[in-house]
Amino acid sequence: MNARACIANLILISWSCAAHAQGFAGLGQTTDGFELPKPATRFTFPEDHGSHPTFRIEWWYVTANLESADGTPYGIQWTLFRNALSPGGAAGDQAWMAHAAVSTPDGHHAAERFARGASGQAGVTATPFDAFIDEWQMTGPSLNDLRLTAQGNAFHYDLALKADGPFILQGEAGFSVKSEAGQASHYYSQPFYEVSGTITLKDGSTPVTGRAWLDREWSSQPLTATQTGWDWVSLHFNSGEKLMGYRLRDEDGSAYTVGTWISADQTSHALAPGDLTMTASDFSDVAGRRVPTRWDITLPDKDVTITSEAIYPDSWMDTLVPYWEGPVRVTGSHPGIGYLEMSGY
Amino acid sequence: MTRAVLAALLSHWRRRPFQLVTLILGLALATALWSGVQAINAEARKSYDAASETLTGGGLSNVISTEGPIDHETFIALRRAGWLVSPVIDGWLPAANGRVRLIGIDPFTAPGDSTIGAAIGPDNITGVTGREGAILANAVTAERLMDFGRPIQVADGIAPGLAVADITVAQEIAGETAYTRLILLDEQPLRQPPLTSIAPHLIVEAPETAEDLARLTDSFHLNLTAFGMLSFAVGLFIVNGAVGLAFEQRRPMFRTLRALGATSRRLVVLLIAELLLFSLVAGALGIVLGYGIASLLLPDVAATLRGLYGATVEGALTLAPTWWLGGLGIAIAGTALASIGSLWQVARMPPLAPAKPRAWAMVSAGAMRLQLILAVAAFAVALGALFVGGGLVGGFILLGGFLIAAALLLPSVLSLSLALLARTARGPLTTWFWADTRQQLPGLSLALMALLLALAANIGVGTMVSSFRTTFTGWLDQRLVSQLYVTVDNPQEEALLRGFVRENAVDILPIWHTDGDVLGAPAEIYGVVDNLVYSENWPLLSSQDGTWETLAAGRGALINEQLSRRENLRPGDRIPMPGGWDVEVLGVYSDYGNPLGQVVLPLATLTARYSDIDRSDFGLLTDDPDGTRTALIETIGIPPDRMIDQRALKAFSMQVFDRTFAVTGALNVLTLSVAGLAILTSLLTLSAMRLPQLAPVWALGVTRARLGWIELLRALILAALTFVLALPVGVGLAWVLLAVINVEAFGWRLPMSLFPRDWLWLAVASLLAAGLASLWPARQLAKRPPADLIRVFSHER
Repeated sequence: MNARACIANLILISWSCAAHAQGFAGLGQTTDGFELPKPATRFTFPEDHGSHPTFRIEWWYVTANLESADGTPYGIQWTLFRNALSPGGAAGDQAWMAHAAVSTPDGHHAAERFARGASGQAGVTATPFDAFIDEWQMTGPSLNDLRLTAQGNAFHYDLALKADGPFILQGEAGFSVKSEAGQASHYYSQPFYEVSGTITLKDGSTPVTGRAWLDREWSSQPLTATQTGWDWVSLHFNSGEKLMGYRLRDEDGSAYTVGTWISADQTSHALAPGDLTMTASDFSDVAGRRVPTRWDITLPDKDVTITSEAIYPDSWMDTLVPYWEGPVRVTGSHPGIGYLEMSGY
Repeated sequence: MTRAVLAALLSHWRRRPFQLVTLILGLALATALWSGVQAINAEARKSYDAASETLTGGGLSNVISTEGPIDHETFIALRRAGWLVSPVIDGWLPAANGRVRLIGIDPFTAPGDSTIGAAIGPDNITGVTGREGAILANAVTAERLMDFGRPIQVADGIAPGLAVADITVAQEIAGETAYTRLILLDEQPLRQPPLTSIAPHLIVEAPETAEDLARLTDSFHLNLTAFGMLSFAVGLFIVNGAVGLAFEQRRPMFRTLRALGATSRRLVVLLIAELLLFSLVAGALGIVLGYGIASLLLPDVAATLRGLYGATVEGALTLAPTWWLGGLGIAIAGTALASIGSLWQVARMPPLAPAKPRAWAMVSAGAMRLQLILAVAAFAVALGALFVGGGLVGGFILLGGFLIAAALLLPSVLSLSLALLARTARGPLTTWFWADTRQQLPGLSLALMALLLALAANIGVGTMVSSFRTTFTGWLDQRLVSQLYVTVDNPQEEALLRGFVRENAVDILPIWHTDGDVLGAPAEIYGVVDNLVYSENWPLLSSQDGTWETLAAGRGALINEQLSRRENLRPGDRIPMPGGWDVEVLGVYSDYGNPLGQVVLPLATLTARYSDIDRSDFGLLTDDPDGTRTALIETIGIPPDRMIDQRALKAFSMQVFDRTFAVTGALNVLTLSVAGLAILTSLLTLSAMRLPQLAPVWALGVTRARLGWIELLRALILAALTFVLALPVGVGLAWVLLAVINVEAFGWRLPMSLFPRDWLWLAVASLLAAGLASLWPARQLAKRPPADLIRVFSHER
C-alpha cells in the first residue's frame, strides 16, 4: 500500500485542496462506473501483472535498498501509475504517470513523466512482461526476471531484478481492506528480488547490489473521504523475515493500521487491524514540511520492537503530488533495511 | 519670509487665472500626448510578449522536421529514446473580426512550468481533453469565438488573440494528424542518442527570441513614438510661453521681493517649488488625459496592428506604475526644460535692476545667426543619415534632422520675407506694421516653429496616407481579379464547385497556398493556374521577357516586393525554397499591407512540391457575381458566409485601411490644436510687453480697435507665411516617409501623389488656429483702457 494511489489520481482531480474534502489527492471520490474490488476475486498470473483498465487506478511500484562495493547505501524507486480519466476501460481514456528516484549520500534525485493513453508513449503488457513510459522500462521476460531502467536530468539507473520466491497476496487473498467502512484494493507484492546493476550520477557510475520490493495494486476507491494520508513501510529483516505495514491517518487523528508478516520460509499472513503499532519518534524538516523520519514499530505477536530510521531524510519527492519516499535502516529486535513512504504531509 | 515670498509669487496666478490654465493645460496636453502614446506602445508590446511567450513556449527550443509536419510515430520514437519533447499543432480558428491563432498542446508532456504548459493543468484537464474538449481563450477572445461551434472555456492566463486546445481537439479542428513542431523541454535526461539517429530529418531550432512580432511592429511604434515626441515638443513651446510670460510679468515683483531682503537663492528655490507643484498637478492631469487618449485610440491601433501585421492587441489598458511615474517625470523634465532660461535670468538679476520688459523677447541678431548655423548642421546630419546611414533608425535621424533644420531656419526665412514685404509698404502705418512684425518675430518664433512642425507633420503624414490610399485602391482593383471568392469546406464541396463552374462556363482560379520558411523568415507560398486574367491585370514592378509565358509553362516564380527588397532578389536570381529546392525569380509584384514574404508558383509546382496545402480558396471569374452566388447557395449549398464578392472585399479592405490611419488623423488634429495654443500663449506674453511700443502709435491717432485688427492681421500673416514655408517641409517629410521610412519599415515603396486640396483645408485650419489664438489678445488690446496706454508715457519703466 502506498502513497501511490493519491498520486495516481491527481490527473483526475484538483488535489491540493481536495485533501480534506475527499481524502488525500481525491482518492476518496465516488466510483460511479468503475469496477470495484471484490473479496471473491482470485488472481491469475501472469495475466494480472497486466493492467486492469476497468478499475480507476493501478500501479506498478518498485523500491530497492542498494549498496555499492564500499558499503554506501542507495535507494531507488520506479513507479508507473495508470489512471482512468473516465470509466469504460478504453485505452484512450487512460492517463499514465511515472516517478523515478535515487536516494544518495549527496542528495535525492527524482523525475516525473506523464503520458496519454493509447498514444504508444506508455503502457503495460503481461506476457512477456513489459511496463514502460518513454525510455523508462520495467521489462521481463517475466515479472520475476526484470530489467529496470529510468533516468532524470541528474541520474540514471539500469538494474537486473531476479526473484525466486512467490508473490505475496496482501489482505485476504489479495483483497486489501483500507478502512472500517470497507474501502479496499486488489494488492499483491513480490518482496524477494535480488538486485544488481549500476546507478549513474553526474559524477560517474557505481555498481550496486541489494534487495527490491514490488507492489502491484489496483482499485477504484481505496480511501474513505476522511483519510488524509498514510505512512507505509516494507522491511527486510536480516533474519530473512519481512514486514509490510501501513497506517492510514484519518482527519480526526485516528489511524487504521494493518500489514502482512512474511516468515523466513516465504509464507505470509495478514495482520489484523491494530496488531501493528507505528509511532513517530523523530521528525525532519524537508521541503518546508515537518516529516516523521523515525518510527518506533511494534508487533507483539512476533516479539518485534524496532526503530526504523530514514537513511537520507531529504528523500522528498518534489513531484506534482509531493510525498516522502526513501530507504530506512532498522534497529532493535529485528535489524535490517527497508523503505518508508509517507504521504499527506 | 519663505511664506511671504511664496504668497506673493502665487498671488500672481490668483490674479491671472487664465495664464495658470494655459500653463497647466499646455503641460497637461504635452504629457497627455506623450504618455498616451507610451501607454499604447506598452499595451501592444505586452500583448506581443504574452502571445509570443505562449506561441514559442517562453524561450524553449523546438524540434522541427525539414520535411514538414512530424508524425506521431516520430514523436513516440523520440520520447522512447529519452528525448523530452512535446507535440504542438499551430493553426487558425475563424473568429469574429478576423481569425484567432490556435495552438494545440499535449498537457501530458508540455513543460508544466511554461506559459503554454500551464494553460492546461490538473485542475482543468477533464473539460479540455477528449472529444468534447473545450477550447481555452481569454474572455475577450472567447467572445470572438462564440460562433465557432465548440465549447469555449474562459481562461484568463491566455494571451489575447490566442486559443489553446488539447492536441487531439486541435487535430480534429485542423483535420491534421501530424504535429507542426515539438517543444524541446529545457531539462533533458542524462542519456540520449543523437537526434538524427532517431529521425534524420529532425533539427533543433533555437528558441524564437519572442521578438519577431515586436521587430515587425517596431516601425509602427517608432512612428507613434515620434508623433508623441513631436506633440510633446510642441506642448513644451506652450509651457515655455506661459512660464516666460509669468516671469516677465512678475519682474517688478521679483525686484520688490529682492529689495525687501529675499535672497536670489530663496527666490529661485521657491520658483522651482512653484513650478514643481504645477508640473505635478499638470502631469497628473496629463496622465489622466493620456489614459483617455490611449483608450480612445487603442481600438484603432489594434485594428492597424491586426491589419498590417496580424498582431493582436486586446483587452483593457492597464496602468503600470512605471508608466504614470514616467508621465510625471516627463512633465517635470519638460517644465524644467521650458523654464530653465527664465530661472537663470532671475538668479542672475541684480537686486535693484530696472525691470526690462523686453528682455525676454529680445533675441539678438547673433542668436539668429546661431540658429542658422544649427539649422545647417542639423541639415548636414540629415543628409549624412540619408547617404551614409541606413535602416529605420537612419530614416528617423534623417526625418528628425530635416524637421529641426526647417524649424531653426524658420525665423531667418520669416525675417527675410518680412523685410521683402516691407519694401512694398506705402505710407507710415504699413511701414510701421512690417517693421513691428519683424521686431516681434523673436518672441513669436518658438510658437511659429511649433506651428511649422505641426503643419509639416500634417502635410507629410497626410500626403503619405493619401498616397498610400490611392496606390492601395488602384492595387486592389488590379489585384482582385476574380469577381467572387469562395471557400470550400471539404473535397466533396470542391468537386461540386468544379462541376458547377463546368456547367456554367465560369472560369475558376484556385487560390491555394501553404506556409513555409523562405530564406529564414516565414513566407506564404501560393500557386496560380495559367489564366490570361493574371497577365492582363497583375502589374509587376519588375519582370523579364516572357515572365507570364514561363510561369504558364510551369517554371519559375513571382515574389512580392517585401521579399525582393529584404533579400535583394531580382528577376533572374534563384530563390531557395522550403523542402530543399530552388526556383528562378521571374518577376516582382507589389503586395501592400503584407508583412510576410510571398512566393507565387505555378499551381502544378505547388502541388507537386508540397503536401500540406490549404486547398479551400477559389476565385470565380463571372460577370454576374450576385447570380452566381445565389446559384452556389441554392445548387451546392455553400453557406453565404463562405463567399465574398469583389466589391465587399474591396470595401472591407478599404475599411481596414481607413481604420488603420484613423490614429494618425486624430494625432494630426491634436498636434495642430497644441500649436494653436502655443501661438495664443506667445501672443499673450507679447501683448503685455508690447504696450510701450503700441502706446506711441495710439498716441499718433490709430484707434485701439484698429490696433486690435492690426494685431489679428499680423497673426494671420505670420501663420500664412509659416504655412507657405511648411508646404515644402511637409512634402519633403512625405518623401522621407514614403521613400525611406516605408521601405525600411514595411518593405515597399509607394509612389507619391500630392493632394493640394487637402493643403487648402489645412491652410484654412492653420489661419483659423492663428486667428482664434490672436482674437483674444487683439480684443484685449481693443478694450484696453486709454489710461493704461497713457501710463506708458507717465512712468517709463
